[in-house]
Order: sequence, then C-alpha cells, then structure tokens
Amino acid sequence: MKRSGFLFCLMFLFSSQTALQANDVAQDIAQIKQVQKEGQGNLAASKAVQQLSQADASALIPILSSFEGANPLAVNWLRGAFETIAANAIEQKKLPVDKLEKFILDKSQNPRARRLAYETLIKVDPKAEDRLIPGMINDTSVTLRRDAVQRLIDEAKSLEKAEKKDEAKKVYLQALSGATDDDQVKAIVKPLRGLGEKIDLQKHFGFLSDWMIVGPFDNGDKKGYDAVYAPEEKIDFTSALEGKEGKVEWKPVNTEDDYGIFDIAKSISAYKGAVMYCAADFYSAEEQALEIRLGTPNAWKIWVNGKLLFARNEYHRGMVLDQYIVPVTVQPGKNVILLKLCQNEQTESWAQRYQFQVRIARPSGTGVRSQKPEATTQLTP
Amino acid sequence: MKNEYLKLLIPLIAVGLCCGADWPQFRGPLTNNVASSETPPSKVSPENIAWTADLEGRGASGPIVVGDKVFITSTTGFNQDQLHLSCFDAKTGKRLWERQFWATGRTQCHNKMCVATPTPASDGKRVFATFSSNDVVCLDLDGNLLWIRGLSHDYPNASNSLGMASSPIVVGETLIVPVENDDDSFTTGLDVKTGIARWKIKRPRVANWSSPAILKSSPEAEPLVLLQSSEGVDAVYPETGETAWQYEQGAGRIPSTTVGDNVLYVPSNGLTALAPGSSSEPPKVLWQEQKLSPGTASPLFYQKRVFTVNSAGVLTCANPEDGEVVWRLRLKGPFSATPIAAANHLYLVNEKGLLQVVQLGEEQGEMTGEIDLKETILATPAISDNSLFLRSDEHLWKISSK
Repeated sequence: MKRSGFLFCLMFLFSSQTALQANDVAQDIAQIKQVQKEGQGNLAASKAVQQLSQADASALIPILSSFEGANPLAVNWLRGAFETIAANAIEQKKLPVDKLEKFILDKSQNPRARRLAYETLIKVDPKAEDRLIPGMINDTSVTLRRDAVQRLIDEAKSLEKAEKKDEAKKVYLQALSGATDDDQVKAIVKPLRGLGEKIDLQKHFGFLSDWMIVGPFDNGDKKGYDAVYAPEEKIDFTSALEGKEGKVEWKPVNTEDDYGIFDIAKSISAYKGAVMYCAADFYSAEEQALEIRLGTPNAWKIWVNGKLLFARNEYHRGMVLDQYIVPVTVQPGKNVILLKLCQNEQTESWAQRYQFQVRIARPSGTGVRSQKPEATTQLTP
Repeated sequence: MKNEYLKLLIPLIAVGLCCGADWPQFRGPLTNNVASSETPPSKVSPENIAWTADLEGRGASGPIVVGDKVFITSTTGFNQDQLHLSCFDAKTGKRLWERQFWATGRTQCHNKMCVATPTPASDGKRVFATFSSNDVVCLDLDGNLLWIRGLSHDYPNASNSLGMASSPIVVGETLIVPVENDDDSFTTGLDVKTGIARWKIKRPRVANWSSPAILKSSPEAEPLVLLQSSEGVDAVYPETGETAWQYEQGAGRIPSTTVGDNVLYVPSNGLTALAPGSSSEPPKVLWQEQKLSPGTASPLFYQKRVFTVNSAGVLTCANPEDGEVVWRLRLKGPFSATPIAAANHLYLVNEKGLLQVVQLGEEQGEMTGEIDLKETILATPAISDNSLFLRSDEHLWKISSK
C-alpha cells in the first residue's frame, strides 16, 4: 500500500510537471506570436524564446503546429527555439522521429513547418528522403516539391540517356507539373522540346500576354512617377489622352515571349523620360488570395480594381523573373490590372531597357491563368 | 601588494597572448582593416593552412572572430531565402552550432554577390547577423536566439534589386544597420539588447553598398559613426543618430571610408583626406588625389602610410601628409576584398582566391608569399589568434604560422 502510494505520488508529480511544461510551452508560443513590426513585442518574445528553448523534445511538434497563423517574423522566432531544442534532442537521441514524419505527411500543416520537420528528420534518418520526397510532386511546400521535381528530372535524364524516349518524356512532363523554380523548368523544357513536345511556358507560369497600352506621358526629371495622369483617374479605352508628345490612344499589344516579356523599347519606341500605362484583365472563378509577380528594370506602380497595391521608385537595377511579389485578393469575375511603368533619362547603355513581365501565381509559385470570362460567376460590366 | 596585482594580471596577459584580439566586425575592431597586436604568418604557403571547414550555399560576408569562436553567414535555397549563421571553433575548425532563418525581405541579388554579403558583427556577448533581405538576427555566442528584426518586412520598399551589401557595426549599446537604396532609404541604430530602434534617419535615395566606419578622435572622445553615400560623409552620434557634421562633396558607393591618425580617407574625387569637423565647423579637405582612387576594396591607413588598390590590381602606397605616391606594386587582381594589415604586412586576397602577402618597406613593398585557395573569394578576411580567417562559398580557412 505504501509502495503504491509512493508510485502514485511520483506519477502525479510527473504528470503535473508534464502538464506544467505543456502549459508553459503554449504560453511561450503565444507570447512569441505577438511580435509585430518595428520590434513591438520583442522584449516579451525574447524572454519567451529563451524559456521555450529550454523545453524538452515534447515541445517540438507544438512549436511546428504554431507556425500556422504566425506572421513571418514570429515564424523565425519560433524556428530559433525549435532548432535549439532539436539540436539538444538529437544529441540526446530523443528526437521524436515518428511524430515528425507524421507531421511532414500532414498536408494541412504549414508548408514551412513541414519542411523544417523534414530537414530535422533527415539529420537522423537520411533514408526518409526516399520514403517521403517522391510523394511531394504537387506539395504546397515549395522546397519539398522542388526536391521531388529534382528526383524526377534526374530519373528522366537517365531514361533519356538509355534511349527510352517515351518514358523520359512522361517523367519530364510529370516533373514539369510540379516545377515552378525557373532553373528546374529550363532543365525540363529544353529536353522536352528536343523530344518534340510543345510546351506553353506562358500558360505554365501564368503570364499575362495581352495588354492595352497608352503613352508616353512625361517623366522628365523622374517627375512622372508621382504625377497622376488620366489612366490613374479612369480607364477608358475609347478616349484619346494628352500625352508627352501630343494625343495618345490606348492600343492592344501582345507578347509571344516564353516568359511574357513585353519590350516597350523594341516593340513601340525607346522612349526616355516617359510613363506608359498598361492594362490587362484577369478573370477568376472565385475570390482567392494570389500574387502578382512582376519583373522590370523600370520604376512602377500597380493597381488592381482601382486600388494601389505597391509602387517602387527604382531604375535599372536589373530584371528577373518574380523580381517583385505583390499579394492580391482577386474578386470573382473580372479584375482590372493597371501597371504604370516609368523610364528615366539615363544615357548609359545599361540604362535603356524599358520592359516588363507580369504573372499571376499562387503563394506556392504555381502559375494561375485567367479564366474565360464566360466561365466566371460574377462578371462586372 | 604589487605581486598580488601581478598574480591577477598574469592570467589576463596569458589569455591575450594565447587568443589574441577579437575581429568583431567588418574591417576589424576599429573598422580600419588593422590588427595591431596580431602576428599572422608573414611568409605563407599551403602548409600554413591550419584547418579547412566545409560551408554550404553562398556567402560573400567575412568571418568574424570572438574569443575562440568564428562566426559566418551564408544562404541556401534556389532563392537564397534560407539564412544561416554558423559558429566554428577557432582552434579546430569544428562546427559548434548553426541556426537558420527564413528571409522576410527580398532576396534578389546580382549574380556576383549574394544574400549573405554583409559581414556579421559582435559586441563580445552577442552576435548580430544581417542579410541582403534586411533581416537582422541576434543570438548569444552559444546560438540562443535573443531577438529578430525584419527591416524589409517592416518597410517593404527598403530593398535593392542588385542586393544590399553594407555591413553593420556595433558602437557601445547600438547596432548601426545601413539600409540605403533607391527607394525607402534609411540607416537605423538598434538597441543591442532588444533590437528596437533607438533612431532611424532618412538617407539619400541612391543604392549604396559602402559600410559605416568609426571615428574616435581621442581615447576620451565620444565615438562618431561615419555614414558614406553618393552625397558625401555624415558623421553621426551612435546613440541618437543626430548629425555632428557633414562632408558634402560626394563619395563612392562601394569602397568605404577608413580612418587613420584622426584623418578620414574618403573614396571621393579619387581619394580625399579629410580632417574631421565639429558641431561648429565643417570638415576640412587636406588633399585630394585621383591617382589613389580605390576600386572595390576600401582604402587602408597603416604605419603612417595610406594604401589603395585600384580596379587593375595595383597596390599604391602614399604619403598621408600630401597624397604623394611613395611606391606601387602590381598584384594579381581583381580584388573585391579589402586589404588587411598586421605585423608590417598587408594581406590581400583576390577574387580568384589567391592570397598575396606584401611586406611593407619605406621604398617598396615586397611580395613574401602567396597561397592559391582556388575558389572565388569576395569576402574581406579576419585576423585573430595570430592567424588569418578566409572564406569562399564552399570553405572557411584558418591560416597560421607552422
């Protein structure tokens, strides 16, 4: 009786301590998730992260689960605590590998948390890669998907080398279905085209290729960036506008470039000290959170449905795919995208580009094409 | 009684001799590229490589050394959005810990540089790592997270499509972080304990890759921070960000101002020697010399001489009194890393990974050795523990006397 009483006390103490720790962990996580811009909440978060970092391995999954709904700053704070605890758990051989694997496979969890769980797991179980990655070809985690795509690229290359062209083509196409990073897309598309496959890269990436364009308006001394010209007040494709060199009218343009680049300098004129406005429609079947991904060496502003989303006053610092990523919530039906593109008056040879590319993508990077107007539910007039 | 004091001092002296001084930030303790009490090898050869540690990803930031630990930043991922801060044992090269974070700002960079281009800094208790994404992380020396800031997360137009390269410096209780670019351009002074801004000042809206320097006119004087931009140099108080004085004749945006014997050597109109100003008087131009115009590497003041390396790889030694050229030595360039100095030698590593050692003389400089590390090196090395620490993307090396 005495022995069982002692054991009961021990068990009670152990379970109380475990509950206490779980409670502390939850409180620390909640505190860390309060961090905001400009260091707001840093003091309390700093204390919480130092306490949380002392927790045992049982805190790992709760920390990963808490990534959902946390802002990007808080996610980094949480990661800091996770890595400290995980490093200790690995050293003590107490990493909860089964729970981590289950977490990785749970696609309802935060993609970055799942990737972190994966990177931690393979430190002690490198074979997990073969077990987990092949199923990630359409994963919401950009990096897990990237690893899955790479395996397929390698497999297709081997098949191609072995003269198994049909099988190679099939595997390349499977890889392309998950590929969003341009280096991988290029590594897939080149051999696929060599094997006779037609690939629509504009469609793959979700580039907007049909635009209405008007200009030039004045951007002497770079003053046009702040100036409000008529298209910012109202988009009316039927009326002539007062431009820098006289009356200007909207006209349709199109690009067939694989990467959706429309080159104003080559296709229209190498304007200097100019502002051009470009408008495109994007039809969506539903309200959804997407991203406008823009590349340009010119200063720009972008509006969707009349709302200014972002502006960037920078000239000739290069142009790359997905140079700027602007979150947007599109409405069901028609969405009007207006891009203001400014060219300055620099005379150097490297400062002559006047071009842009715009694509619509999911946060995972997957391209989203505009629907046909008749396929959307609530068309605006 | 005296003996008692001596007993207390002996261990301190021993530690100093054994471990040498720290190299806690870009261009060393005083941001002047000089290790005054160190004696790294003067005649280097491959046998001088004490250890080599593997790195992954990309990194153009320099190593820093605090006590017996070397800290280094790097980035991985297709978009370089995984930010790494790693710690190595300075004696053995063993990796002691690594922490990773996700970039919260833009990670686009010119191909030559990378997201891990700013060199980290330390106040001896904490290490501060900044990246081109304008993320700032602070950890203790054992890898425990203390605080994080995401300056592009807070100010989304604070970025540069070619990448940000300016390194932070610590002065007293303030971490000075330059975020100077074409759009939302500023420099901020963060409280080292919390990461919260003590001050934030607007800066010229032009991309800027130069790094701040420290001006301390005398041992008693309050240090000033020198912020260089296309417009010139602003001397600001580190605790408040208020301007003490300004030099307004323009300056370069890549090589950075250095200070020697209370004179500034500014990459401006070639090279400009500048006597500091005060709250009542502007700074005074002592001389300007086009022949001393630096390339990417910052100028150096050492042993009463001024040194610059131009874009052709020519090392020029000049008289700091008048800017007159004393001697020139053609080296194998090109150089991105700034030359560093110790024990009457200059250490210069070119972009191809060739470390060249130059012994300084009154009449001439003489090459005393070289090691070809055969990897691209853009980062300025560190000197500590009587050794050199160099990094490429793939490796971190310690080079010591045999």
